[in-house]
Amino acid sequence: MKILDVTDLSVKSGTGLALVSNVSFSLEPGARLGLIGESGSGKSLTALAIMGLLPTELNVSGSVLLSDGKTASQQILDAPEKVLNQIRGAVVSIVFQEPLTALDPLMKTGKQLAEPLRRWHGLKGATLQAEIFNALDEVRIGNPKRIADSYPYEISGGERQRAAIAMALACKPALLIADEPTTALDVTVQAEVLALLDTVVASRGMSLLFISHDLAVVSRITDSVLVLKDGEVVEAGSLQNILNEPKHPYTRELVSSAKELDAALTISARSGGDHDISNS
Amino acid sequence: MTQQTRRYPLPLLVGLVLISIIFIMAVLSIFWLPYQLGDTSGSRLGAPSLHHWFGTDKLGRDLLSRIMIGARIAFEVGLLSVAIGAFLGVLLGLGAGFAQRWMDESFSALLDILIAFPTLLLAMLIVATRGASLTSAIVAIGLGMSAIIARLTRLLVKRVLTQDYITASRASGTSWPRVIVVHILPNIWPTLIVIFALQFGLAGLTEASLSYLGLGSPPPNASWGSLLQEAQATVLTAPIAAIVPGLLLIALVIGMNMIADGLREVADPTMRRSR
Repeated sequence: MKILDVTDLSVKSGTGLALVSNVSFSLEPGARLGLIGESGSGKSLTALAIMGLLPTELNVSGSVLLSDGKTASQQILDAPEKVLNQIRGAVVSIVFQEPLTALDPLMKTGKQLAEPLRRWHGLKGATLQAEIFNALDEVRIGNPKRIADSYPYEISGGERQRAAIAMALACKPALLIADEPTTALDVTVQAEVLALLDTVVASRGMSLLFISHDLAVVSRITDSVLVLKDGEVVEAGSLQNILNEPKHPYTRELVSSAKELDAALTISARSGGDHDISNS
Repeated sequence: MTQQTRRYPLPLLVGLVLISIIFIMAVLSIFWLPYQLGDTSGSRLGAPSLHHWFGTDKLGRDLLSRIMIGARIAFEVGLLSVAIGAFLGVLLGLGAGFAQRWMDESFSALLDILIAFPTLLLAMLIVATRGASLTSAIVAIGLGMSAIIARLTRLLVKRVLTQDYITASRASGTSWPRVIVVHILPNIWPTLIVIFALQFGLAGLTEASLSYLGLGSPPPNASWGSLLQEAQATVLTAPIAAIVPGLLLIALVIGMNMIADGLREVADPTMRRSR
């Protein structure tokens, strides 16, 4: 049974502008897919559509079927809020790009993490406390007690993103959507968070939809990719194929710039210089 | 953090002292007054003395006693009208904050009209239908205030709703009511509390204006506004009767302003780090 099945997903703005056009793809249990595109290509809208979180002023059509692998698939696009609330977090959850804004600034990290745990597992008191530490431990946070007791602005960017990942994982979803989860982090932390996502997704047997504008990042964590441009799928296939024989001009551009960056990195590593890699 | 020292900002402390003086007078007046309000044993328009600290009025009543009653009225008006204004205002504001398109536009237009409608006029309407009483004044002030609070709440809610953590929270399956309680209210609270405190002071001022016009609390339970009005005729011969209620009104408004300022820093943990 498929975890996620998107068919002919289209999103139009209130004024009729096509933002996402006829996007189709699916994910088997445990499968990973990279969604690549520049900003405005519709990749984040696709993610929001899968969560049933699109702003109401947008018109959406097509079909998004979600399943936790055990029960029958549920149509997301026209589902009432009540049904969606049972699916969000438990079947599918999401990690956003900027952890500073994705965490409530006025709520201690531990308390935010407690929200989904309490709701989905009915925990409280000491068991809840222990589960919070467990969850933070799973995302390799060195000092769970300190982090749980801190406001988001008091901890580092990497710690914040780890806490956000812990929150997304709290309800044991079958599918994790990672929307540019490393873009806001600096390079060394990026690698750590990627490795973390890799191990956690593997150990839990989750499916992963990894969204990024950066082919190099995607290539480290997924094995197949979908290239989006202006809301349309321009190329899809295994990572190997796309790297070796990109068909669409846009994909070719992506591949060559990723290779250039790779080469530049190798050279600078050899000469011992530490270049700052910007995401331009 | 454990080592965080809880230093309170100076304006908050000054404000608290000013408001405490008024508060103590108000509470004391419930149990004890230097002279009963019906007691006209003092000399008419007497100067301040050991027996009558602020002197007496034209009927020989002790002014301190009347001012203490006035403090109580100011507090009653502040608390009750802010309660009315906060309840209605936050409820309306939340509704307006969630409304979209034409609903949102009509909500905003309605709030703008309500705000443009002078509280004094509203009070006169209510007094005309229900008679002059403290309750009428409180209801009028509370209603007028609710429009201001609603408009602010609407803006705050709209801003918070665009934040990622709301989307993130909903993405983990949090229902809207829970999102409101757990994320939206706590995040708009630091700003709202400032407005509540400000409006508390202003409510006292508005009540004084209403009483000055004879639309507030009827005698002998005079508010500071009625005291000012009574003192007006004799202000040249017995200025103290106008000066003391006037100063207290100023202390009320400035004190609440300072508390409002300080509260914002205390209520918002992200502002504490800058100190």
